[in-house]
Amino acid sequence: MLHRGGFLLLVSCVAATAAFAQEVPQAFTGARIIPVEGEPIDAGTLVVEAGVIKALGPAGKVEIPATAKRFDLKGKVIIPGLICTHSHIGGIGGGDGSGPVQPEVRIYDSLNVRDSGFRRAVAGGLTTLNIMPGSGHLLSGQTVYVKLRGSKTIEGICLRDKEGRILGGMKMANGTNSQRAPPFPGTRAKSAALMRAEFIRAGEYRDKLAAALDEPDKKPPRDLRLEGLVEVLEGRRVVHHHTHRHDDIMTVLRLSREFGFRVVLHHVSEGWMVAEEIARAKVPCSIILVDSPGGKLEAINLVFKTGGILEKAGVLTAFHTDDWITDSRLFLRMAGLGVRGGMSRKAGLEALTLAGAKMLDLDGRIGSLKVGKDADFVILDGDPLSVYTKVLETWVEGRKVFDRSNPEDLLHATGGYGAGADQEPYHCCFGDEGGGR
Amino acid sequence: MMPRIFTCILLLAVIPGAVSAQVAVRGGKVYTMTGPAVEDGIVIVRDGKIAAIGRAADIAVPEGFKVLEAAVVTPGLIDARSVVGLAGYFNHEHDQDQLERSIPIQPELRAIDSYNTREPLIEWVRGYGVTVLHTGHAPGELISGQTMIVKTTGNTVDDAALVPTAGISVTLGPSSLRGGGQSPGTRGKQISMLRAKLLQARSYLEAREKSVKKEGEKDEKAGEEPPVDLALEALASALRKEVPLLITAHRAQDIASALRLKREFDLRIILDGGAEAYLLTDELKKADVPVIIHPAMARYNGALQNASFNTPARLKKAGLKVAMQSGYESYVPKTRVVLFEAAIAAANGLGLEGALELITTSAADILGISDRVGSLAVGKDGDLALFDGDPFEYTTHCVGTIIEGRVVSDTPR
Repeated sequence: MLHRGGFLLLVSCVAATAAFAQEVPQAFTGARIIPVEGEPIDAGTLVVEAGVIKALGPAGKVEIPATAKRFDLKGKVIIPGLICTHSHIGGIGGGDGSGPVQPEVRIYDSLNVRDSGFRRAVAGGLTTLNIMPGSGHLLSGQTVYVKLRGSKTIEGICLRDKEGRILGGMKMANGTNSQRAPPFPGTRAKSAALMRAEFIRAGEYRDKLAAALDEPDKKPPRDLRLEGLVEVLEGRRVVHHHTHRHDDIMTVLRLSREFGFRVVLHHVSEGWMVAEEIARAKVPCSIILVDSPGGKLEAINLVFKTGGILEKAGVLTAFHTDDWITDSRLFLRMAGLGVRGGMSRKAGLEALTLAGAKMLDLDGRIGSLKVGKDADFVILDGDPLSVYTKVLETWVEGRKVFDRSNPEDLLHATGGYGAGADQEPYHCCFGDEGGGR
Repeated sequence: MMPRIFTCILLLAVIPGAVSAQVAVRGGKVYTMTGPAVEDGIVIVRDGKIAAIGRAADIAVPEGFKVLEAAVVTPGLIDARSVVGLAGYFNHEHDQDQLERSIPIQPELRAIDSYNTREPLIEWVRGYGVTVLHTGHAPGELISGQTMIVKTTGNTVDDAALVPTAGISVTLGPSSLRGGGQSPGTRGKQISMLRAKLLQARSYLEAREKSVKKEGEKDEKAGEEPPVDLALEALASALRKEVPLLITAHRAQDIASALRLKREFDLRIILDGGAEAYLLTDELKKADVPVIIHPAMARYNGALQNASFNTPARLKKAGLKVAMQSGYESYVPKTRVVLFEAAIAAANGLGLEGALELITTSAADILGISDRVGSLAVGKDGDLALFDGDPFEYTTHCVGTIIEGRVVSDTPR
């Protein structure tokens, strides 16, 4: 009942996927393949069929179908498609200024899929994004997980589950971004109190729905706000929680424990101060490294060493662009900075790929190069963590969506005249000049 | 009496409170920026100045000198345009002194009156090898104020300042189009306001010069000396070419307007930002205008919508003088790091040494401080940056920063 549109959407999704899948098998040979799951393979072979990885291994040990179209990639490097767990591209507009909690607002109702930000994202090797509303609310709306398939409709890029349900999480925030004049909270304690009250109401609504399973007359009227929160309480929608300060991080963990919702901590600027606590709570972190601390009070202790400290504490750690805070074209740089700050190279690459896939519940489909997973991968001309390395091609589900040798793609990769004006993302209510996130 | 506030240069040999150590720095590769990199080189810094430089095999370390080693040694890095020290990392009203919004034209605002030497962002960039900052008032008003050049150490601004007034910041294009009466609401109005003010400054200058001259001759017709006007005084220094106008312009039409102003008033200008400068390389070359290019990773919205990673390479190829900047950030990150910005230029057509020029020799040249800094040569300041690999690689660390022979950072970053 919650997803009556599901069936129709599933049909359109299947049709879209079929149109993109390649009829002929493809064999990519000669490249150093870094599958992220498993050891790197020098001069490896990757076989793709119908948009899915069919085989992978050292040259000679992988059978290449006779009909396969071959791509010689000697001297190149193949890595899984990059996954950004926190992006704001596409001219997003989530919750507005009417109130601090807006679980009924869906970000995919606002996206402009023709925004040049999508072109830059594939130029950076990104293949899957979690596109989110901003952080100016306690809860600013539903996020959407998209595949950068090059489709020109939102229906064509959103990811769905087997029932055709559009996949996404719920964006929440605490700390100062969401604090201002009523009806927004004015303090941290008020922020927590408002959210607790919301979850308690949602729990009651969930109980009424459950009780009405046998007695349809007692079913409460649909309530879009509470439906969204019920999805959170039932674990069907992961909370992506903006949080910077160590005490705010602990507040998120406390609320998550109280209401049993699944959560990914985002930004986590002071996560290095409470790494053990985060590890004990078994909560993953999606972090961002920016070029200097500050710019807002909560980020004055942001350091490059966060990734390394979380890794050592055993916390599942991913990176995100927070585009436009950092540029999707330079997402590989994030792992470079993470390693600079003490992360292992292995964890650095995982943080761009598999770790993010896990946080989006998509690791069965993406995040590593593995037989049966989607053929989402990036071809590089060198070490993934070198500034001098270029993304040559980006492939999604067996289809090339970025090619640096194509002048139009190159324009989006490097910038230049006509690379395009973007729709400004709408971030309600805070951060005047920077359009804060 | 005319205050000569714009031409004085503070020569600081010694930073108060800091002993200039006698130090020798040995590098697997030493980029002197005066010639090819020296393999296994050494730099001897005595009393804050470079006393010798060359191959380690040829130069003996004087007795008692502290010896530091690094894989790569470069000159101390120069950030050719920043607001650090005026803008602080809290990003709250109390630490944001880079932009005064009361009126759109305020060339009299001095950077030296706003610089917080204890700002943590200074320490941050110093940790990445930055030894010199050209910092001051931000773009965002038609004339926002003055800039200055500092070393990234010093207990007071007087300790830090190399050049107390290095430029006057002018902004063309959308970011200073604030409208509402006092501020310009269109590009045409921007230029008319600037021209009117410069004409006023010219009259003021003529009247002042005339009165001073006539005073000596006791000519009764000389008339009254006009009262000192700090704003016109500042612009007069630009008309006398003592101080350049640092004109921030990104779109091609705004860059063209900057060149038109230069012609009309015979000004010395430096183009700041210049996102579309690649469209006007011939014009900029002809006008002999150097460019302090926007940060490579600047957000490509608004006036920067056509910005390109390749611009530094294209401008250099066209024969222009180009330096890199950290620029002005209003949110997160609160400052960029010029080393990281030059890295993107290195990867997009300039290569290691070409990009290094953007933050050493070319920057020093454009800012007029190459007698002191920007390259490693005997007699120049002992300012060095030490790295454990290619300075531009993401995974390389800056392992040391030395200013005038003193180690000011030694935590690998």
